[in-house]
Amino acid sequence: MFRELNSNAAPPAGLRIVCALAIVGLTLALIAAVVVSGPAAPGLQAAVAAALPHSGVENPVTAVLLNFRSYDTLLEIAVLFVVAVATLPLRRAVAPQRTEAVAVEPVLAALVKLLVPLVVLTGGYLLWVGAYAPGGAFQAGALLAGAGVLLSLAGGFSLAALPARPLLVVGLVVFTAVAAAVGAITGAFLQYPVAAAGVLILVIEAAATVSIAATLLLLYGNLAEPVPSGPLAGTKEPAS
Amino acid sequence: MPIDMTIDFTLGAGVLVLAWLSLSTTNLFKAIVLFISLGLLVTITWARLGAVDVAIAEAAIGAGLTGALLLAAWRRLRTVPGNTRRKAGDNHVS
Amino acid sequence: MTQDLFYSICGIALFGIGLYGLLIPPHILQKILAVNVMGTGVFMVLIATAQSRAPAIDPVPHAMVLTGIVVAVAGTALALSLVCRIYALSDDTEQDAGR
Repeated sequence: MFRELNSNAAPPAGLRIVCALAIVGLTLALIAAVVVSGPAAPGLQAAVAAALPHSGVENPVTAVLLNFRSYDTLLEIAVLFVVAVATLPLRRAVAPQRTEAVAVEPVLAALVKLLVPLVVLTGGYLLWVGAYAPGGAFQAGALLAGAGVLLSLAGGFSLAALPARPLLVVGLVVFTAVAAAVGAITGAFLQYPVAAAGVLILVIEAAATVSIAATLLLLYGNLAEPVPSGPLAGTKEPAS
Repeated sequence: MPIDMTIDFTLGAGVLVLAWLSLSTTNLFKAIVLFISLGLLVTITWARLGAVDVAIAEAAIGAGLTGALLLAAWRRLRTVPGNTRRKAGDNHVS
Repeated sequence: MTQDLFYSICGIALFGIGLYGLLIPPHILQKILAVNVMGTGVFMVLIATAQSRAPAIDPVPHAMVLTGIVVAVAGTALALSLVCRIYALSDDTEQDAGR
């Protein structure tokens, strides 16, 4: 399962042919279904365009994500949180000690010094501009996580030094708190008051950006800086 | 053939060929690099289809972060499992 | 052939390629790649459908795909973490038997 492929590890030719034929048949059937079914039912663009003035933002995708279907986004932040919690035991609690001298290339270090502030700036811009043009929390969070990966690759800092837990939780907490608070005002969970919708969406997005970036960075850190094998962090190690 | 359709056909064919090459190669490193290239080409496809929001996210995640994750996992699967003290050198063939 | 139909067919073909890649290669990392390729195919069908009412583009599938991309990368990272952990805990004899 973990070995590089070699010729004798591949399944027998007969099985491969049967699989290939079955998949080709399935693909052709799906294509036929798409071709025969013709134009799909009218989409929701008219409904979105009609409700856009009440959403607090001007970008229809952001309006759908954080206002019309904000339940989806809330649960997606929850999914990210659950994934982060699931991999938290695999996290290295202290920075690995670099026993062998790591050669940090001067060109890479200089480039990172120049690039990372720019990437962080672009992330902030994307977060803000999401209300008016393509951009938003997901893009900004992914960009920030990319900056963190770059920084850790250049040997700038260890991802284990990141205060992960508060950063992971802030998105879900702020989103849920805002959802409940507006629910108390307007009577429906996640139903923003029209006048304050723009500000609330920006607050939620800012918190979500931090959590998305932290989650992605944590997931990368678990893979790049593994815990030593043996008992996981948090389990009691027998005194030896 | 109009230039628009040429772009579409080239993009579509490129995406399919890259996906096939990535999944049919027996060299894992090659597979991962081809997958990252696939992410970049798919980004152009999203932009071509007018989904700019999705294109930005795909550029950052599909082509950037997923590649970093996969390469980090690939590097770990090349070292000998078990005790980290008997970690193999780069010449170890897994 | 219209643009959205062409990209729908591309997406379905991508799904098929991913399914083959999921079933045939024995290495677990390549299977994870294959699941991602399948997901990309599904996204492509959705985006092509959203584009089929051009010039008005339906933003709802775009939002769904955006959500899907982030969830897909989280799922991939979880799978990779579990694979690496299992690999680190297994020894050589086990992994030969389990292949």
